[in-house]
Amino acid sequence: MSTQAPGPVQAPEDSRIHNIGYRSYDGPRLGRAAARQALFSQSLRGAYGLGRSAKSKVLPMLLFAVMCVPALIIVAVAVVTKASKLSIEYTQYAVFLQMVIAIYVASQAPQSVSRDLRFRTVPLYFARPIERADYVLAKYGAMASALFLLTASPLLILWIGSLLAKMDFWEQTQMFGQGLVSVALLSLLFGGIGLVMAALTPRRGFGVAAVIAVLVISYGAVTTLQGIAYGTENVGAVKWIGLFSPITLIGGVQDAFLGAPTQAPGGEAAATGTAAGVVHLLVVLALIAGSYAVLMRRYRKVGL
Amino acid sequence: MIATESLSKRFPRVTALDRLSLDIGPGVTGLVGANGAGKSTMIKILLGLSPATEGRAEVLGLDVATSGPQIRERVGYMPEHDCLPPDVSATEFVVHMARMSGLPATAARERTADTLRHVGLYEERYRPMGGYSTGMKQRVKLAQALVHDPQLVLLDEPTNGLDPVGRDDMLGLIRRVWTDFGISVLVTSHLLGELERTCDHVVVIDGGRLLRSSSTSDFTRSTTTLAVEVTDSDAHPDGTEALRAALTAAGVALHPGVEDGLPGAGHILLLEASGEETYDLVRDTVAGLGLGLVRMEQRRHHIAEVFTTQQQEEVPAR
Repeated sequence: MSTQAPGPVQAPEDSRIHNIGYRSYDGPRLGRAAARQALFSQSLRGAYGLGRSAKSKVLPMLLFAVMCVPALIIVAVAVVTKASKLSIEYTQYAVFLQMVIAIYVASQAPQSVSRDLRFRTVPLYFARPIERADYVLAKYGAMASALFLLTASPLLILWIGSLLAKMDFWEQTQMFGQGLVSVALLSLLFGGIGLVMAALTPRRGFGVAAVIAVLVISYGAVTTLQGIAYGTENVGAVKWIGLFSPITLIGGVQDAFLGAPTQAPGGEAAATGTAAGVVHLLVVLALIAGSYAVLMRRYRKVGL
Repeated sequence: MIATESLSKRFPRVTALDRLSLDIGPGVTGLVGANGAGKSTMIKILLGLSPATEGRAEVLGLDVATSGPQIRERVGYMPEHDCLPPDVSATEFVVHMARMSGLPATAARERTADTLRHVGLYEERYRPMGGYSTGMKQRVKLAQALVHDPQLVLLDEPTNGLDPVGRDDMLGLIRRVWTDFGISVLVTSHLLGELERTCDHVVVIDGGRLLRSSSTSDFTRSTTTLAVEVTDSDAHPDGTEALRAALTAAGVALHPGVEDGLPGAGHILLLEASGEETYDLVRDTVAGLGLGLVRMEQRRHHIAEVFTTQQQEEVPAR
């Protein structure tokens, strides 16, 4: 239906609507880097529902709150009781709240990439100055940054709280730093896995299910196996089983290098140790690089 | 604007483009071909997204093989398929696309408002696009191709799915992109008839090969077919036969056959119009015989028709 203005009405000469005609654009064209930057910030904002409908803000904002509330409570308790140390390690925090992180990835990774695939917006992007790598980097970077915001914010709350409670500054800062490194790795790993799963499934619902399956079910399977290994006195096998789930991988790395206590059953006996830690770290890095490679491959065919 | 030199694109099983050499100047150019004729492959290569198997192509004087990003900064592309996320408003979407073309934030907003107004979207541009009609969606798709003020836009089947009125609106809009905005247009379609009215120049490809490339006026002149229907009168009980005899005597080339499958096809004479004179001649002849002229109209061309003339004439490809 055309919505052209209705036919000429007898109007006085001075109140006529003038069509100012087409104006060409002579301003700056910022090119590829600016386009990539624009895609990154749009995707990052989108991961928290900004610039999208009110409905789509609810879940990410809620999950962000759920991530931060326990930290606030811990800090409040520490300040009131004048405790000399926080009741949780910085590095443990993300592991305890991994379910929240998994739900976040499962809900936001598909909205970031599946929508472009499903509504076939991708060809429009590739018809613009950016290249395939720019698209993948912007999407991956935005997802990892959104996850880092989600996981690092509560750590920041803990750190500020520890200073308010007058705990040892250097010790707290060092542990805070270790925590940040750990969640940075976690953000890259979870973001990569989430995007790969979502990019392979244009239907958003399948994407959500696939991400949950990989992140949560693998954790369930790994902890069950670890429990069996521990129960059958194979404590040495526990750390190697940890290689098969994203969160236990991160747990292994921080347990070996970032001064985190072991989360696996068996306690100190199951500690990862340097050799296994290197393997864990290598697997994490390989998965991150692999995610990037799979995404690059995925978008090779979608060109137009 | 666009120049290709023996451009070929071969896939393992098909040859999408076969030694295609074209030289397309400023203005509105139609690229006509049946489905699978190689139109979309051509657009992909021109945007620098798919390497040619052999030959070379230049867009705006830039080589597509090496200057893809620079070309895409100056060229707009409107895909054939749906490409609009339903939960975003036209304004937000077009602003984002402008930024993706490298425009700064404020310029992107200004250009979006201007462009949406030019394509004829007003208040509805603030509503989510999921509720738009096909015509409105096509306008948004056109707007996102124009928002960065390109020098050339590539429109892939822009009239697909539109009703006749929407089709005419879209064709008028495409014409204005060149006449009012000064942006050259390459528009693809499988309907030659609709491009004839819009384009200055038409290129016909089939099976990846150039069939014909000529200005629209040449096209119309050399291949127009006129359909004429007349009434019978007392003096001429079979008006059609009488007219046929009179026109043949006057030296007009008549198509021997009749159109099949149409009501009253037997009463319609098909003849070659070589120019204005033919129209006058038909009018005068009909009047001279004292018959009533029921209709005299141009027949839409079908691509098949171009194919047959091509085979007969072997027009040298340029």
